[in-house]
Parts: sequence; C-alpha cells; structure tokens
Amino acid sequence: MTPASRRPRSLWSPLAHAVLMANAVLVLVPMVLMGLSAFKTTREIFQRPFGLPATWSLANFQRVWVEARFGDYFQNSLIVTVASAAILVVLGAMTGYALGRFQFRGNDLLYVYFLSGLLLPIRLAIIPLFILMRNLNLLDTLWSLILIYAASGLPSAVFILTGFFRTLPADLDSAARIDGASEWVIFTRVMLPLVRPALVIVTIYNVIPIWNDFFFPLVFIKSDRLKTLPLGMTTFFGQYYTDYAALFAGLTLAALPVIALYVVLSQHFIRGLTAGAVKG
Amino acid sequence: MPSGGRREGRAEAASPAPAVAGVSGARAPARGLSLQTSRRLWLVIFLGPAVALFATFVTYPIVSALAYSVYGWEGIGRREFVGLGNFVRLFETYPYPRLLANAFWHNVIVFALTMLVQNLAGLGLALILARGPVGARTYRVVFFLPVTLSLVIVGFMWALFLNPVFGIVNKALAAAGLAGLARPWLGDPQTALVTLTLINAWRWLGFPTLVFLAGIQAVPDEYLEAARIDGAGEGEVIRRIILPLLAPSVTIIVTLTFIGAFNWFELPYVVQGVSGPPNRATDVLGLLFYRTAFGEVDTGLQDIGVGSAIAVLMFIVMGAVATFGALYLRRREIELA
Repeated sequence: MTPASRRPRSLWSPLAHAVLMANAVLVLVPMVLMGLSAFKTTREIFQRPFGLPATWSLANFQRVWVEARFGDYFQNSLIVTVASAAILVVLGAMTGYALGRFQFRGNDLLYVYFLSGLLLPIRLAIIPLFILMRNLNLLDTLWSLILIYAASGLPSAVFILTGFFRTLPADLDSAARIDGASEWVIFTRVMLPLVRPALVIVTIYNVIPIWNDFFFPLVFIKSDRLKTLPLGMTTFFGQYYTDYAALFAGLTLAALPVIALYVVLSQHFIRGLTAGAVKG
Repeated sequence: MPSGGRREGRAEAASPAPAVAGVSGARAPARGLSLQTSRRLWLVIFLGPAVALFATFVTYPIVSALAYSVYGWEGIGRREFVGLGNFVRLFETYPYPRLLANAFWHNVIVFALTMLVQNLAGLGLALILARGPVGARTYRVVFFLPVTLSLVIVGFMWALFLNPVFGIVNKALAAAGLAGLARPWLGDPQTALVTLTLINAWRWLGFPTLVFLAGIQAVPDEYLEAARIDGAGEGEVIRRIILPLLAPSVTIIVTLTFIGAFNWFELPYVVQGVSGPPNRATDVLGLLFYRTAFGEVDTGLQDIGVGSAIAVLMFIVMGAVATFGALYLRRREIELA
C-alpha cells in the first residue's frame, strides 16, 4: 500500500522520467567527455571533440604520471588524508565516549566548546594559523596539513560520535566494569565495535573534503614535491596549459580514485557526506 | 552524586529497579575516593589530547584572528593597538570600500542564484525521486557523483570545456545552429560570475537533492493518504503537506548555501585567478580576504590588519546565520516532539 500510494499513475510520469534522464545526462556527459579526451591527441580533441578516440592509447597518462609529478602528488594526498583521518577518528571517538558516557562537571560546556567549531569557518583564521605554523616550524611540511585537518574535523566527529555513544544501552559498560575490565578495555573492546557505523560516517564525512581540499595546501605548502593533488593540479595546469591531451589525462587521473571508490561505496558516501543535514 | 552516563540517568528514571552502577556514583563509598581519582585520570586521558589539539589549532587561531583586527601591521609583524582603525580603513580608505562592496555584492548574487537554480532544481528532482520511479536508486547515485569530486578538478574541467576557441560548449552551440550564442563565457564580465555559479551548481546539485529527498521520505505516509482521500490534488499535497514539513531540510540547505556562498574561494581562484578577472567581475570576499592577507599579485598590497577586519566581519555574518539556523531547527524539533 505504501509504495503505491507514493506514485499514483498519472500523465506526467513520462515527463518526470525525461527530467531525471536529462539531469543524468547533464552529470555524466561532461565526465565521459573528459575521460574520452584523455585518450586523444590534442589535435583530435580540437577536431573531433565528441567522437571516440581513434586509438585507445595510454600515452597521455604515462606522460603525465612520469613528467608531471603526479606520483608525488598522490602520495602526499594519501599520507595527509590517512594520517589526519586516523588522528581525528581516534580522538573524536575518545572524546565522544567521555562526553557521551560519563557525567562530570563541565561535560555540557566541553560539548558546546567543540560544537562551536561547527559554526565558525576555520579558514577565516588563516592569518594566525599561518603565523602559528611558521612559529612551530611547520610551514611547508605535511604536518601543517595533518594537524589543521585533524583539529578542524573534531567538532563534527565529536557531534556525531557523542550522539551515538549516548544511545547505547546503559548496562553495557556497567556490566564490563563489574567484571573488572579497565576503562581502556571497555572503550576499545565493548563500546567502539558498537559505534562502527558512526565511525564510517565520521571517516567519510571528513576524508573526502580533506582529500579534495585546496585552500590549506595553497597557503602552507610551497615545495613542489610536497604538494597535494588539488594544489599540484594548479601547477600542472600552469605548465601544460596548451596541451589539452595532457590536461584531460591529468584531470581524469586525479578524478579516478574518488570515482572508483564512490562506485563501490556509494551508499556510504551519500550517508556520510549528508550526515548532519539528514537525520538517521 | 551524579551517576554514570546521561543515558544511564534516563534509564534509572524509567526503570523501577535501582541502577546497577554508574562510573562512580553507585559504588561502595569505601572505594569512592580512589575510584574518583582514577575516573578523573581516565577523563583526562580520553579528553586531553583532543582538547589540546582543538585549542591550539582552532580556538587559539580564531581568537587571534579577532585580536589581529585591532592592531596595526607591517608585513607579518604586529605593531601598535589601533582600535577600530582597520575597520575604518576598510570602509573609508581607497580602494577598500569599492573592492569590499563589489565583492560582497558578488557573494550575494552567488547565494541568490544558487538558491534559485541549484536548490529549486534539487527540490524538483527530490519530489520526482520521492515518487519512487523506476531506477530511482541509480539516479540517486548518479546525481550525487559530482559532489565527491574536487572543485579543482570540476573547475579545470569546465574551464577547458568553456574555452572560447577550443571548448566543446561553443562547438556544441555551433553544431546546434546557435553559433550566435557562443561567447567567451568566463572572459566576458557579463557572463563570468553567472557561469562560475552554474559550474558550482553542477558540482553541488546532488547535495540538496538528496537532503530534500530524505526530508520528503520522512513525511508520514498517513498524512499523504489522508490528504488524497480528502480529494487533494498532487500539487495541493506538495504545497500543503510536504513543503511545510520540509521546513527543517530547507533551513539546513539555506544555511549551508549561505555559508558556502560567502566562503566561496576555490572555484573562482582556480578557474579565474586570485584577482577575480575579468576586471573584478568574479571577485568575492574570499579572494579579497586572501589578497589582503597574503599580498596582491598585481599591486603587492598586503595589509594583515585590514585582512583581519574582513575576516571578523565574515565571522560575524556567518556565525550569526549559522546560529540562527541551528536555533530555528532546535525550536522546530521541540515543537514537533
């Protein structure tokens, strides 16, 4: 009864399908054209922009990977993303556990303190951050990025995880405590496995924006060998700006990991990235 | 004496049986002291690192950003206290007032256009998807795909497509017999900002779509049933039932769109450049702030004092909108509970 009630048969159903199809085309066609162009020569891109490539040659990809430091950019992005996400998830879980399961004076205050970070865009504090990183000798190191991503991701992690820890039944930790388990064992063996779905949400919510971030590398990183993928892309575009074949190959290469991951984990991605804006 | 977690507190109130144990409260008094101490120690271990990290790299810089705005600066060195002098200069000394007004106006346009194009389209798509058409799951996945892509990739991709000579957009227009419409979309001051906003909407459209869809699907079926039995048409069901109940999702999207529009930086920077060309037609507050903070490419003008003043104003505006949105949602939740 319910599904049927949501779709009464009517005349505008074909129209609705046309709209959905049109939007799917609008989303996919540019990306497909980008991917196809990556296999073409520059001359081919100009002469037959919409056709299939004459040969499926990987030459553009090879050239970009070898000449344009894409390997370095990928590696830096990977290090920064994995390290900052690891710190952020571990500290977020510890904080969420303490705030969600322990009652103590200052609990609410601390919770609000972390949440205030959700309201104030940290980028606006870029001048003091730049000076702070300079004083700590962290400018032009990957640590500058790891620390700012881990710290600025804490509010969302604390918000999501505290909420999850609060919903777990009360008897769980008390029972373990009576059995003589230490707080650390209760946290890691009893509680953490139960909030796994929340850990996935927190990870995706943070990992994608960190992987894609352009702003902090732009300010903190100067050496070409330390650039992350988004920042490296701008260097690459400056060097190759007339070489369309290389440019499209670079773009495709840069987009590929996230697209591949999305194809496999799309439901997690959607849930993770809309967390906070969507309930449940 | 407080008992364990919040949840335990609620459980105690609900069940007649005495609560077994909190972390400290219900324990035998003889062991109370040492348990109190060890509990404190555990709290420090659990909370200490996160508080230290957050205080150093978020709170301290944000508080400093406010403080910086009331000092004079020479390059990166702080000089004397100037009170509101930087704000006065921002509003009264050439070229700041003109740049500020120009950039602010562009942010307003980006916000309004995004609301009108991206979010209305998102609402429409969500209303269609909520009716559960064939392939709805696949459409969801496809629509959300660009949201996961880096704005740098999206920006460069469209910059190549929009190239006035080689780009496929003008070629497609020519092929469709509309060569008269072809233009340098990103190079013409008339169209540059709108084009940039549409690129942004291409990337983000899936987000409001899925947020609205979740909101519509949360509307209880009985409400829709009852309305239809009473003879309400589809339009009426949408207008009278779905849209009012969608108010929380709308608030979230409006708030996020506002913050996004006033934080706009990556896309104009990557596609157009830091000075907001052509002729500042795509200059926005984020670029202006960046240029005043780190030095303008063309003029070498750097003023950390004025830059901090811009940051403070943006903090106030965005903090106010975010707080207002959050409070409204909270009130709504209490009303509905």
